Amino acid sequence: MGDDFILITEGLRKEYMGFVAVNGVDLQVRRGSIHALIGPNGAGKTTVFNLLTRFQAPTAGRIVYKGRDITRERPADVARQGMVRSFQISAVFPNLTVRENVRVALQRKLGTSFHFWKSDASLRVLHERAEELLAAVDLEAYQDTVAVELPYGRKRALEIATTLALEPELMLLDEPTQGMGHEDVGRVVELIRRVSAGRTILMVEHNLSVVANLSHRITVLARGSVLAEGPYAEVSKDPAVLEAYIGAPE
Amino acid sequence: MSGTGIHEPRTLIRMGVITPRRKAIFFAVMAGLGALAPFAVYPVFLMNVLCMALFASAFNLLLGYTGLLSFGHAAFLGSAGYVTGHALKVWGWPTEAGILLGTLVATVLGLVIGGLAIRRSGIYFAMITLGFAQMIYFVAVQLPFTGGEDGLQGIPRGKALGLFPLEGRYAMYYFVYVVFLLGFYVIYRTIHSPFGHVLRSIRENEPRALSLGYDVDRYKLVAFVISAGLAGLAGATKAVVLQFETLTDVHWHKSGEVVLMTLLGGMGTVMGPSAGALIVVAMENYLSGFGDWVTVIIGCVFVVGVLAFRRGFVGEAARLLKSFPI
Repeated sequence: MGDDFILITEGLRKEYMGFVAVNGVDLQVRRGSIHALIGPNGAGKTTVFNLLTRFQAPTAGRIVYKGRDITRERPADVARQGMVRSFQISAVFPNLTVRENVRVALQRKLGTSFHFWKSDASLRVLHERAEELLAAVDLEAYQDTVAVELPYGRKRALEIATTLALEPELMLLDEPTQGMGHEDVGRVVELIRRVSAGRTILMVEHNLSVVANLSHRITVLARGSVLAEGPYAEVSKDPAVLEAYIGAPE
Repeated sequence: MSGTGIHEPRTLIRMGVITPRRKAIFFAVMAGLGALAPFAVYPVFLMNVLCMALFASAFNLLLGYTGLLSFGHAAFLGSAGYVTGHALKVWGWPTEAGILLGTLVATVLGLVIGGLAIRRSGIYFAMITLGFAQMIYFVAVQLPFTGGEDGLQGIPRGKALGLFPLEGRYAMYYFVYVVFLLGFYVIYRTIHSPFGHVLRSIRENEPRALSLGYDVDRYKLVAFVISAGLAGLAGATKAVVLQFETLTDVHWHKSGEVVLMTLLGGMGTVMGPSAGALIVVAMENYLSGFGDWVTVIIGCVFVVGVLAFRRGFVGEAARLLKSFPI
Protein backbone atom coordinates (compact mmCIF):
# COMPACT_ATOMS: atom_id res chain seq x y z
CA MET A 1 0.00 0.00 0.00
CA GLY A 2 2.12 2.91 1.23
CA ASP A 3 1.80 5.57 -1.41
CA ASP A 4 -1.60 4.49 -2.66
CA PHE A 5 -3.30 5.78 0.45
CA ILE A 6 -3.03 9.42 1.39
CA LEU A 7 -4.75 8.94 4.73
CA ILE A 8 -4.89 5.89 6.96
CA THR A 9 -6.33 5.53 10.41
CA GLU A 10 -5.76 2.57 12.68
CA GLY A 11 -8.08 1.84 15.58
CA LEU A 12 -9.22 5.42 15.92
CA ARG A 13 -11.19 5.82 19.14
CA LYS A 14 -12.78 8.70 21.01
CA GLU A 15 -14.47 8.47 24.38
CA TYR A 16 -16.29 11.16 26.29
CA MET A 17 -16.60 10.24 29.94
CA GLY A 18 -17.51 6.66 29.24
CA PHE A 19 -19.48 7.31 26.06
CA VAL A 20 -17.68 5.91 23.02
CA ALA A 21 -18.32 8.22 20.05
CA VAL A 22 -15.79 6.61 17.73
CA ASN A 23 -14.87 3.01 18.28
CA GLY A 24 -11.86 1.56 16.49
CA VAL A 25 -12.29 3.09 13.06
CA ASP A 26 -9.87 1.95 10.35
CA LEU A 27 -10.05 4.17 7.30
CA GLN A 28 -8.03 4.02 4.12
CA VAL A 29 -8.44 6.89 1.74
CA ARG A 30 -6.96 6.31 -1.68
CA ARG A 31 -5.00 9.16 -3.22
CA GLY A 32 -6.95 10.99 -5.92
CA SER A 33 -10.33 9.49 -5.00
CA ILE A 34 -13.56 10.92 -3.67
CA HIS A 35 -14.31 9.03 -0.52
CA ALA A 36 -17.60 9.45 1.32
CA LEU A 37 -18.31 8.85 4.96
CA ILE A 38 -21.97 8.15 5.58
CA GLY A 39 -24.09 6.89 8.39
CA PRO A 40 -27.16 7.67 10.45
CA ASN A 41 -27.23 10.64 12.82
CA GLY A 42 -24.93 10.21 15.78
CA ALA A 43 -22.79 7.65 13.96
CA GLY A 44 -19.67 9.67 14.75
CA LYS A 45 -18.94 11.11 11.31
CA THR A 46 -18.22 14.65 12.43
CA THR A 47 -16.21 13.40 15.38
CA VAL A 48 -14.03 11.41 12.96
CA PHE A 49 -13.50 14.64 11.01
CA ASN A 50 -12.56 16.50 14.15
CA LEU A 51 -10.10 13.78 15.06
CA LEU A 52 -8.52 13.68 11.60
CA THR A 53 -7.97 17.43 11.53
CA ARG A 54 -6.82 17.37 15.15
CA PHE A 55 -9.61 19.68 16.35
CA GLN A 56 -10.11 16.94 18.93
CA ALA A 57 -7.59 14.51 20.35
CA PRO A 58 -8.29 10.79 19.91
CA THR A 59 -8.40 8.60 23.00
CA ALA A 60 -6.56 5.88 21.12
CA GLY A 61 -5.45 4.97 17.62
CA ARG A 62 -3.19 6.37 14.96
CA ILE A 63 -3.64 8.80 12.07
CA VAL A 64 -1.15 8.53 9.23
CA TYR A 65 -1.22 11.24 6.59
CA LYS A 66 1.12 10.92 3.59
CA GLY A 67 3.03 8.22 5.41
CA ARG A 68 3.58 10.37 8.45
CA ASP A 69 2.06 9.92 11.90
CA ILE A 70 0.12 13.10 12.67
CA THR A 71 -1.77 11.77 15.68
CA ARG A 72 -0.11 14.27 18.02
CA GLU A 73 0.20 17.28 15.75
CA ARG A 74 -1.59 20.61 16.15
CA PRO A 75 -4.55 21.55 13.91
CA ALA A 76 -2.76 24.48 12.24
CA ASP A 77 0.20 22.20 11.41
CA VAL A 78 -2.10 19.60 9.89
CA ALA A 79 -3.68 22.30 7.72
CA ARG A 80 -0.26 23.50 6.63
CA GLN A 81 0.58 20.00 5.43
CA GLY A 82 -2.30 20.14 2.99
CA MET A 83 -5.20 18.52 4.82
CA VAL A 84 -7.85 21.22 4.94
CA ARG A 85 -11.38 20.88 6.22
CA SER A 86 -14.70 22.62 5.80
CA PHE A 87 -17.40 22.79 8.42
CA GLN A 88 -20.96 21.57 8.76
CA ILE A 89 -22.27 25.09 9.09
CA SER A 90 -20.96 27.29 6.32
CA ALA A 91 -17.64 28.66 7.44
CA VAL A 92 -17.01 32.02 5.90
CA PHE A 93 -15.70 35.17 7.54
CA PRO A 94 -19.06 36.98 7.59
CA ASN A 95 -18.02 40.62 7.78
CA LEU A 96 -15.17 40.37 5.29
CA THR A 97 -15.74 40.78 1.59
CA VAL A 98 -15.71 37.76 -0.70
CA ARG A 99 -12.28 38.72 -2.00
CA GLU A 100 -10.92 39.21 1.50
CA ASN A 101 -12.22 35.79 2.51
CA VAL A 102 -10.12 34.10 -0.14
CA ARG A 103 -7.21 36.47 0.38
CA VAL A 104 -6.88 35.56 4.04
CA ALA A 105 -6.28 31.97 2.96
CA LEU A 106 -3.80 33.06 0.29
CA GLN A 107 -1.82 35.47 2.41
CA ARG A 108 -0.21 32.87 4.65
CA LYS A 109 2.09 31.86 1.81
CA LEU A 110 3.56 35.38 1.69
CA GLY A 111 5.05 34.72 5.11
CA THR A 112 4.11 38.18 6.32
CA SER A 113 1.16 37.22 8.46
CA PHE A 114 2.81 38.45 11.65
CA HIS A 115 4.07 41.68 10.08
CA PHE A 116 1.98 44.26 11.89
CA TRP A 117 4.26 47.06 10.71
CA LYS A 118 3.65 46.44 7.03
CA SER A 119 0.89 48.04 4.95
CA ASP A 120 -1.93 45.83 3.75
CA ALA A 121 -1.31 47.26 0.29
CA SER A 122 1.32 44.49 0.17
CA LEU A 123 -1.56 42.01 -0.11
CA ARG A 124 -2.69 43.37 -3.47
CA VAL A 125 -0.37 40.96 -5.28
CA LEU A 126 -2.81 38.25 -4.25
CA HIS A 127 -5.84 39.77 -5.96
CA GLU A 128 -5.18 38.13 -9.29
CA ARG A 129 -5.04 34.67 -7.78
CA ALA A 130 -8.09 35.44 -5.63
CA GLU A 131 -9.99 36.41 -8.75
CA GLU A 132 -9.05 33.14 -10.48
CA LEU A 133 -10.25 31.12 -7.52
CA LEU A 134 -13.50 33.05 -7.34
CA ALA A 135 -14.02 32.59 -11.05
CA ALA A 136 -13.61 28.84 -10.56
CA VAL A 137 -16.66 28.81 -8.29
CA ASP A 138 -18.64 31.42 -10.28
CA LEU A 139 -18.26 34.12 -7.67
CA GLU A 140 -16.19 36.65 -9.60
CA ALA A 141 -19.15 39.02 -9.81
CA TYR A 142 -19.45 39.10 -6.02
CA GLN A 143 -15.88 40.02 -5.12
CA ASP A 144 -16.80 43.17 -3.22
CA THR A 145 -19.89 41.74 -1.55
CA VAL A 146 -19.66 41.25 2.19
CA ALA A 147 -19.85 37.48 2.72
CA VAL A 148 -22.76 37.66 5.18
CA GLU A 149 -24.95 39.05 2.39
CA LEU A 150 -24.41 36.07 0.07
CA PRO A 151 -27.17 33.48 -0.39
CA TYR A 152 -26.48 30.18 1.37
CA GLY A 153 -25.37 28.20 -1.67
CA ARG A 154 -22.93 30.93 -2.65
CA LYS A 155 -21.49 30.91 0.84
CA ARG A 156 -20.67 27.24 0.44
CA ALA A 157 -19.05 28.02 -2.90
CA LEU A 158 -17.00 30.76 -1.24
CA GLU A 159 -15.97 28.32 1.44
CA ILE A 160 -14.75 25.90 -1.20
CA ALA A 161 -12.84 28.67 -2.99
CA THR A 162 -11.21 29.61 0.32
CA THR A 163 -10.24 26.00 0.95
CA LEU A 164 -8.88 25.68 -2.61
CA ALA A 165 -6.71 28.73 -2.01
CA LEU A 166 -4.56 26.55 0.21
CA GLU A 167 -4.10 24.08 -2.64
CA PRO A 168 -4.94 21.20 -0.35
CA GLU A 169 -3.94 17.69 -1.29
CA LEU A 170 -6.74 16.33 0.85
CA MET A 171 -9.99 18.23 1.26
CA LEU A 172 -12.37 17.24 4.02
CA LEU A 173 -15.89 18.45 3.34
CA ASP A 174 -18.39 18.23 6.17
CA GLU A 175 -21.87 17.94 4.63
CA PRO A 176 -21.24 20.23 1.68
CA THR A 177 -24.86 20.19 0.48
CA GLN A 178 -26.56 20.41 3.85
CA GLY A 179 -29.52 22.78 3.98
CA MET A 180 -29.42 23.50 0.25
CA GLY A 181 -32.15 23.85 -2.31
CA HIS A 182 -32.27 21.65 -5.39
CA GLU A 183 -30.36 23.86 -7.86
CA ASP A 184 -27.70 24.68 -5.29
CA VAL A 185 -27.08 20.98 -4.67
CA GLY A 186 -26.48 20.43 -8.38
CA ARG A 187 -24.11 23.38 -8.51
CA VAL A 188 -22.07 22.17 -5.53
CA VAL A 189 -21.87 18.61 -6.87
CA GLU A 190 -20.48 19.92 -10.13
CA LEU A 191 -18.09 22.11 -8.19
CA ILE A 192 -16.80 19.23 -6.10
CA ARG A 193 -16.32 17.12 -9.20
CA ARG A 194 -14.40 19.93 -10.84
CA VAL A 195 -12.13 20.67 -7.90
CA SER A 196 -11.44 17.00 -7.24
CA ALA A 197 -9.11 16.90 -10.22
CA GLY A 198 -5.63 16.26 -8.89
CA ARG A 199 -6.64 15.99 -5.26
CA THR A 200 -8.30 13.69 -2.78
CA ILE A 201 -11.65 14.43 -1.20
CA LEU A 202 -13.09 12.92 1.92
CA MET A 203 -16.62 14.03 2.64
CA VAL A 204 -19.38 13.48 5.11
CA GLU A 205 -22.69 13.62 3.30
CA HIS A 206 -26.31 12.84 4.10
CA ASN A 207 -27.69 13.21 0.62
CA LEU A 208 -27.32 9.70 -0.79
CA SER A 209 -27.87 10.74 -4.40
CA VAL A 210 -24.91 13.11 -4.04
CA VAL A 211 -22.88 10.28 -2.58
CA ALA A 212 -23.92 7.86 -5.32
CA ASN A 213 -23.15 10.44 -7.93
CA LEU A 214 -19.75 11.56 -6.75
CA SER A 215 -17.89 9.06 -4.67
CA HIS A 216 -15.59 6.25 -5.68
CA ARG A 217 -15.67 4.62 -2.33
CA ILE A 218 -17.93 4.75 0.68
CA THR A 219 -17.42 3.98 4.33
CA VAL A 220 -20.57 3.48 6.39
CA LEU A 221 -20.35 4.32 10.05
CA ALA A 222 -22.86 3.27 12.66
CA ARG A 223 -22.54 3.80 16.41
CA GLY A 224 -18.94 4.81 16.07
CA SER A 225 -17.77 1.76 14.10
CA VAL A 226 -17.27 0.91 10.45
CA LEU A 227 -20.25 -1.07 9.25
CA ALA A 228 -19.32 -1.52 5.61
CA GLU A 229 -16.93 -0.22 3.01
CA GLY A 230 -16.85 -0.35 -0.76
CA PRO A 231 -18.29 1.25 -3.89
CA TYR A 232 -21.84 2.62 -3.67
CA ALA A 233 -23.45 -0.21 -5.66
CA GLU A 234 -22.07 -2.77 -3.24
CA VAL A 235 -22.60 -0.90 -0.01
CA SER A 236 -26.15 0.11 -0.81
CA LYS A 237 -27.18 -3.55 -1.01
CA ASP A 238 -25.45 -4.58 2.20
CA PRO A 239 -28.13 -5.86 4.60
CA ALA A 240 -26.31 -4.45 7.64
CA VAL A 241 -26.32 -0.99 6.05
CA LEU A 242 -29.99 -1.22 5.16
CA GLU A 243 -30.73 -2.24 8.69
CA ALA A 244 -28.80 0.67 10.19
CA TYR A 245 -30.59 3.11 7.94
CA ILE A 246 -34.10 1.74 7.88
CA GLY A 247 -34.18 -0.29 11.05
CA ALA A 248 -34.20 -4.03 11.66
CA PRO A 249 -36.95 -6.02 9.96
CA GLU A 250 -39.09 -7.26 12.84
CA MET B 1 -20.09 38.85 16.20
CA SER B 2 -21.78 38.73 12.84
CA GLY B 3 -24.03 41.52 11.71
CA THR B 4 -22.46 44.06 14.02
CA GLY B 5 -21.95 46.43 11.12
CA ILE B 6 -18.21 46.35 11.57
CA HIS B 7 -17.82 46.42 7.83
CA GLU B 8 -19.56 49.77 7.47
CA PRO B 9 -16.50 51.95 6.88
CA ARG B 10 -15.35 49.54 4.20
CA THR B 11 -18.73 49.69 2.55
CA LEU B 12 -18.09 53.41 2.32
CA ILE B 13 -14.73 52.78 0.70
CA ARG B 14 -16.40 50.61 -1.93
CA MET B 15 -19.05 53.23 -2.58
CA GLY B 16 -16.37 55.81 -3.15
CA VAL B 17 -17.53 57.94 -0.21
CA ILE B 18 -14.20 57.35 1.49
CA THR B 19 -11.38 57.77 -1.00
CA PRO B 20 -7.69 57.66 -0.02
CA ARG B 21 -7.56 61.41 -0.71
CA ARG B 22 -10.52 62.25 1.52
CA LYS B 23 -9.13 59.97 4.20
CA ALA B 24 -5.78 61.78 4.08
CA ILE B 25 -7.57 65.15 4.28
CA PHE B 26 -9.65 63.95 7.23
CA PHE B 27 -6.60 62.78 9.17
CA ALA B 28 -4.72 66.00 8.32
CA VAL B 29 -7.63 68.10 9.60
CA MET B 30 -7.87 66.04 12.77
CA ALA B 31 -4.13 66.32 13.35
CA GLY B 32 -4.33 70.10 12.75
CA LEU B 33 -7.21 70.43 15.20
CA GLY B 34 -5.22 68.47 17.75
CA ALA B 35 -2.28 70.81 17.32
CA LEU B 36 -4.42 73.94 17.77
CA ALA B 37 -6.67 72.58 20.54
CA PRO B 38 -4.61 73.72 23.58
CA PHE B 39 -5.19 77.36 22.59
CA ALA B 40 -8.93 76.87 22.92
CA VAL B 41 -9.29 74.22 25.64
CA TYR B 42 -7.58 73.66 28.99
CA PRO B 43 -4.42 71.68 28.09
CA VAL B 44 -4.39 69.36 31.13
CA PHE B 45 -7.88 68.23 30.21
CA LEU B 46 -6.77 67.63 26.63
CA MET B 47 -3.72 65.68 27.72
CA ASN B 48 -5.94 63.50 29.86
CA VAL B 49 -8.20 62.93 26.86
CA LEU B 50 -5.21 62.01 24.65
CA CYS B 51 -3.90 59.50 27.19
CA MET B 52 -7.29 57.86 27.61
CA ALA B 53 -7.85 57.94 23.84
CA LEU B 54 -4.60 56.03 23.35
CA PHE B 55 -5.58 53.63 26.12
CA ALA B 56 -9.01 53.01 24.55
CA SER B 57 -7.56 52.63 21.04
CA ALA B 58 -5.09 50.05 22.34
CA PHE B 59 -7.96 48.23 24.03
CA ASN B 60 -10.00 48.36 20.81
CA LEU B 61 -7.24 46.51 18.96
CA LEU B 62 -8.26 43.52 21.07
CA LEU B 63 -12.01 44.01 21.42
CA GLY B 64 -12.81 45.49 18.03
CA TYR B 65 -10.30 43.79 15.78
CA THR B 66 -9.51 40.48 17.46
CA GLY B 67 -12.79 39.88 19.27
CA LEU B 68 -11.20 39.54 22.72
CA LEU B 69 -12.81 41.31 25.68
CA SER B 70 -10.11 41.99 28.24
CA PHE B 71 -11.44 43.08 31.59
CA GLY B 72 -8.09 43.82 33.13
CA HIS B 73 -6.50 46.48 30.99
CA ALA B 74 -6.10 48.82 33.97
CA ALA B 75 -3.27 46.54 35.06
CA PHE B 76 -1.15 47.73 32.12
CA LEU B 77 -2.16 51.39 32.42
CA GLY B 78 -1.47 51.55 36.14
CA SER B 79 1.67 49.46 36.44
CA ALA B 80 3.34 51.44 33.64
CA GLY B 81 2.35 54.63 35.47
CA TYR B 82 3.92 53.46 38.73
CA VAL B 83 7.11 52.22 37.10
CA THR B 84 7.57 55.41 35.06
CA GLY B 85 6.81 57.57 38.11
CA HIS B 86 9.34 55.69 40.19
CA ALA B 87 12.02 55.84 37.50
CA LEU B 88 11.62 59.61 37.13
CA LYS B 89 11.22 60.48 40.78
CA VAL B 90 13.56 58.13 42.59
CA TRP B 91 16.09 57.10 39.97
CA GLY B 92 16.07 60.49 38.26
CA TRP B 93 15.80 58.95 34.78
CA PRO B 94 15.21 61.15 31.73
CA THR B 95 11.49 61.48 30.86
CA GLU B 96 11.62 59.43 27.67
CA ALA B 97 13.61 56.62 29.27
CA GLY B 98 11.13 56.48 32.15
CA ILE B 99 8.19 56.26 29.76
CA LEU B 100 9.93 53.57 27.74
CA LEU B 101 10.60 51.53 30.88
CA GLY B 102 6.94 51.79 31.91
CA THR B 103 5.87 50.71 28.44
CA LEU B 104 8.32 47.82 28.50
CA VAL B 105 7.06 46.59 31.87
CA ALA B 106 3.45 46.70 30.60
CA THR B 107 4.52 44.80 27.48
CA VAL B 108 6.19 42.05 29.50
CA LEU B 109 3.18 41.94 31.83
CA GLY B 110 1.02 41.60 28.71
CA LEU B 111 3.10 38.65 27.58
CA VAL B 112 2.64 36.89 30.92
CA ILE B 113 -1.07 37.66 31.43
CA GLY B 114 -1.94 37.25 27.76
CA GLY B 115 0.03 34.01 27.51
CA LEU B 116 -2.26 32.44 30.09
CA ALA B 117 -5.53 34.23 29.29
CA ILE B 118 -5.66 33.42 25.57
CA ARG B 119 -5.96 29.74 26.38
CA ARG B 120 -9.60 30.44 27.15
CA SER B 121 -12.17 32.48 25.29
CA GLY B 122 -15.27 34.54 25.95
CA ILE B 123 -16.23 35.17 29.55
CA TYR B 124 -13.40 32.96 30.84
CA PHE B 125 -10.85 35.07 29.02
CA ALA B 126 -12.40 38.21 30.54
CA MET B 127 -12.35 36.70 34.02
CA ILE B 128 -8.73 35.57 33.79
CA THR B 129 -7.66 39.08 32.77
CA LEU B 130 -9.77 40.51 35.60
CA GLY B 131 -8.19 38.09 38.05
CA PHE B 132 -4.70 39.13 37.07
CA ALA B 133 -5.64 42.80 37.23
CA GLN B 134 -6.92 42.28 40.77
CA MET B 135 -3.58 40.72 41.69
CA ILE B 136 -1.76 43.73 40.25
CA TYR B 137 -4.08 45.97 42.27
CA PHE B 138 -3.23 44.05 45.41
CA VAL B 139 0.48 44.32 44.67
CA ALA B 140 0.10 48.08 44.12
CA VAL B 141 -1.62 48.43 47.50
CA GLN B 142 1.08 46.41 49.28
CA LEU B 143 4.36 47.50 47.71
CA PRO B 144 6.02 50.41 49.51
CA PHE B 145 7.18 52.27 46.38
CA THR B 146 3.64 52.91 45.12
CA GLY B 147 2.70 54.87 48.24
CA GLY B 148 -0.34 52.61 48.77
CA GLU B 149 -3.50 54.60 49.40
CA ASP B 150 -1.61 57.92 49.15
CA GLY B 151 -0.29 57.15 45.70
CA LEU B 152 3.01 58.11 44.17
CA GLN B 153 3.21 61.89 44.41
CA GLY B 154 5.53 64.53 43.00
CA ILE B 155 6.69 62.89 39.78
CA PRO B 156 8.98 65.36 37.97
CA ARG B 157 8.14 65.98 34.32
CA GLY B 158 11.76 66.50 33.35
CA LYS B 159 12.90 67.71 29.97
CA ALA B 160 11.99 66.47 26.51
CA LEU B 161 15.13 65.13 24.78
CA GLY B 162 17.02 66.55 27.77
CA LEU B 163 16.58 70.07 26.34
CA PHE B 164 13.04 71.41 26.65
CA PRO B 165 11.55 71.67 30.13
CA LEU B 166 8.08 70.14 30.21
CA GLU B 167 6.82 72.23 33.11
CA GLY B 168 4.96 74.65 30.81
CA ARG B 169 1.52 73.50 29.77
CA TYR B 170 2.14 73.87 26.02
CA ALA B 171 5.49 72.06 26.00
CA MET B 172 3.90 69.20 27.92
CA TYR B 173 0.90 69.18 25.62
CA TYR B 174 2.92 68.83 22.44
CA PHE B 175 5.04 66.13 24.01
CA VAL B 176 1.90 64.15 24.87
CA TYR B 177 0.48 64.89 21.45
CA VAL B 178 3.52 63.39 19.72
CA VAL B 179 3.34 60.31 21.95
CA PHE B 180 -0.35 59.95 21.13
CA LEU B 181 0.23 60.28 17.39
CA LEU B 182 3.00 57.68 17.50
CA GLY B 183 0.88 55.25 19.49
CA PHE B 184 -2.14 55.87 17.29
CA TYR B 185 -0.03 55.29 14.19
CA VAL B 186 1.18 51.96 15.53
CA ILE B 187 -2.44 50.91 16.09
CA TYR B 188 -3.56 52.16 12.69
CA ARG B 189 -0.67 50.37 11.03
CA THR B 190 -1.42 47.14 12.89
CA ILE B 191 -5.09 47.22 11.95
CA HIS B 192 -4.24 47.78 8.29
CA SER B 193 -1.46 45.24 8.03
CA PRO B 194 -1.32 41.62 6.85
CA PHE B 195 -1.31 40.74 10.56
CA GLY B 196 -4.43 42.87 11.10
CA HIS B 197 -6.27 40.93 8.39
CA VAL B 198 -5.50 37.66 10.12
CA LEU B 199 -6.77 39.16 13.39
CA ARG B 200 -10.02 40.11 11.70
CA SER B 201 -10.43 36.61 10.34
CA ILE B 202 -9.96 35.26 13.88
CA ARG B 203 -12.57 37.70 15.15
CA GLU B 204 -14.96 36.62 12.42
CA ASN B 205 -14.56 32.85 12.68
CA GLU B 206 -11.85 31.39 14.84
CA PRO B 207 -12.20 27.67 13.96
CA ARG B 208 -12.09 28.58 10.28
CA ALA B 209 -8.93 30.66 10.72
CA LEU B 210 -7.43 27.66 12.50
CA SER B 211 -8.45 25.33 9.69
CA LEU B 212 -6.67 27.63 7.23
CA GLY B 213 -3.45 26.90 9.07
CA TYR B 214 -3.24 29.96 11.31
CA ASP B 215 -2.02 29.29 14.81
CA VAL B 216 -4.70 31.53 16.26
CA ASP B 217 -3.31 31.56 19.78
CA ARG B 218 -0.05 33.04 18.63
CA TYR B 219 -1.79 35.80 16.70
CA LYS B 220 -3.99 36.59 19.69
CA LEU B 221 -0.96 36.71 21.93
CA VAL B 222 0.91 39.15 19.67
CA ALA B 223 -2.23 41.35 19.52
CA PHE B 224 -2.54 41.17 23.29
CA VAL B 225 1.09 42.16 23.83
CA ILE B 226 0.85 45.12 21.41
CA SER B 227 -2.36 46.24 23.11
CA ALA B 228 -0.85 45.90 26.60
CA GLY B 229 2.29 47.78 25.59
CA LEU B 230 0.36 50.69 24.13
CA ALA B 231 -1.97 50.78 27.15
CA GLY B 232 1.24 51.01 29.18
CA LEU B 233 2.50 53.85 27.00
CA ALA B 234 -0.75 55.69 27.74
CA GLY B 235 -0.43 55.08 31.48
CA ALA B 236 3.23 56.10 31.60
CA THR B 237 2.51 59.35 29.75
CA LYS B 238 -0.48 60.05 31.96
CA ALA B 239 1.67 59.73 35.09
CA VAL B 240 4.10 62.30 33.69
CA VAL B 241 1.26 64.69 32.80
CA LEU B 242 -0.52 64.53 36.16
CA GLN B 243 2.76 64.13 38.11
CA PHE B 244 1.18 61.49 40.31
CA GLU B 245 0.02 57.89 40.06
CA THR B 246 -2.68 56.45 42.27
CA LEU B 247 -4.63 53.26 42.78
CA THR B 248 -7.43 54.61 40.54
CA ASP B 249 -5.40 53.59 37.49
CA VAL B 250 -5.05 49.95 38.54
CA HIS B 251 -8.60 49.68 39.89
CA TRP B 252 -11.07 47.54 37.97
CA HIS B 253 -13.22 50.67 37.49
CA LYS B 254 -10.62 51.77 34.96
CA SER B 255 -10.88 48.44 33.15
CA GLY B 256 -14.64 48.96 32.95
CA GLU B 257 -14.33 52.57 31.87
CA VAL B 258 -12.26 51.66 28.84
CA VAL B 259 -14.91 49.16 27.72
CA LEU B 260 -17.47 51.95 28.06
CA MET B 261 -15.38 54.42 26.04
CA THR B 262 -14.83 51.92 23.27
CA LEU B 263 -18.47 50.88 22.98
CA LEU B 264 -19.71 54.47 23.18
CA GLY B 265 -17.37 55.63 20.43
CA GLY B 266 -17.72 52.52 18.29
CA MET B 267 -15.72 49.32 18.63
CA GLY B 268 -13.95 48.12 15.53
CA THR B 269 -13.65 51.66 14.18
CA VAL B 270 -10.34 53.51 14.04
CA MET B 271 -11.60 56.78 15.54
CA GLY B 272 -14.35 55.43 17.80
CA PRO B 273 -12.38 54.79 20.99
CA SER B 274 -10.83 58.27 20.85
CA ALA B 275 -14.27 59.85 20.45
CA GLY B 276 -15.54 57.73 23.35
CA ALA B 277 -12.59 58.79 25.51
CA LEU B 278 -13.30 62.44 24.73
CA ILE B 279 -16.96 62.06 25.73
CA VAL B 280 -16.28 60.17 28.96
CA VAL B 281 -13.36 62.35 30.14
CA ALA B 282 -15.33 65.50 29.27
CA MET B 283 -18.29 64.31 31.29
CA GLU B 284 -16.11 63.41 34.26
CA ASN B 285 -14.44 66.81 34.05
CA TYR B 286 -17.18 69.25 33.30
CA LEU B 287 -19.91 67.56 35.29
CA SER B 288 -17.79 67.26 38.42
CA GLY B 289 -20.05 69.90 40.01
CA PHE B 290 -22.70 67.22 40.34
CA GLY B 291 -20.51 65.24 42.72
CA ASP B 292 -21.38 61.57 42.96
CA TRP B 293 -24.16 62.03 40.43
CA VAL B 294 -21.52 62.06 37.67
CA THR B 295 -21.44 58.26 37.79
CA VAL B 296 -25.21 58.11 37.39
CA ILE B 297 -25.17 60.58 34.51
CA ILE B 298 -22.37 58.69 32.73
CA GLY B 299 -24.29 55.48 33.33
CA CYS B 300 -27.40 56.95 31.73
CA VAL B 301 -25.46 58.33 28.76
CA PHE B 302 -23.90 54.92 28.28
CA VAL B 303 -27.20 53.05 28.40
CA VAL B 304 -28.91 55.50 26.05
CA GLY B 305 -25.85 55.68 23.80
CA VAL B 306 -25.55 51.92 23.40
CA LEU B 307 -29.30 51.40 22.98
CA ALA B 308 -29.72 54.17 20.44
CA PHE B 309 -26.36 53.89 18.68
CA ARG B 310 -25.52 50.23 18.64
CA ARG B 311 -22.46 50.82 16.50
CA GLY B 312 -21.24 53.65 18.73
CA PHE B 313 -21.12 57.29 17.72
CA VAL B 314 -18.44 56.87 15.09
CA GLY B 315 -19.97 53.67 13.73
CA GLU B 316 -23.35 55.40 13.37
CA ALA B 317 -21.78 58.46 11.79
CA ALA B 318 -20.16 56.19 9.20
CA ARG B 319 -23.57 54.69 8.48
CA LEU B 320 -25.14 58.12 8.08
CA LEU B 321 -22.40 59.08 5.64
CA LYS B 322 -23.43 56.08 3.60
CA SER B 323 -27.04 57.30 3.47
CA PHE B 324 -25.99 60.81 2.44
CA PRO B 325 -22.94 60.40 0.23
CA ILE B 326 -20.96 63.61 0.20
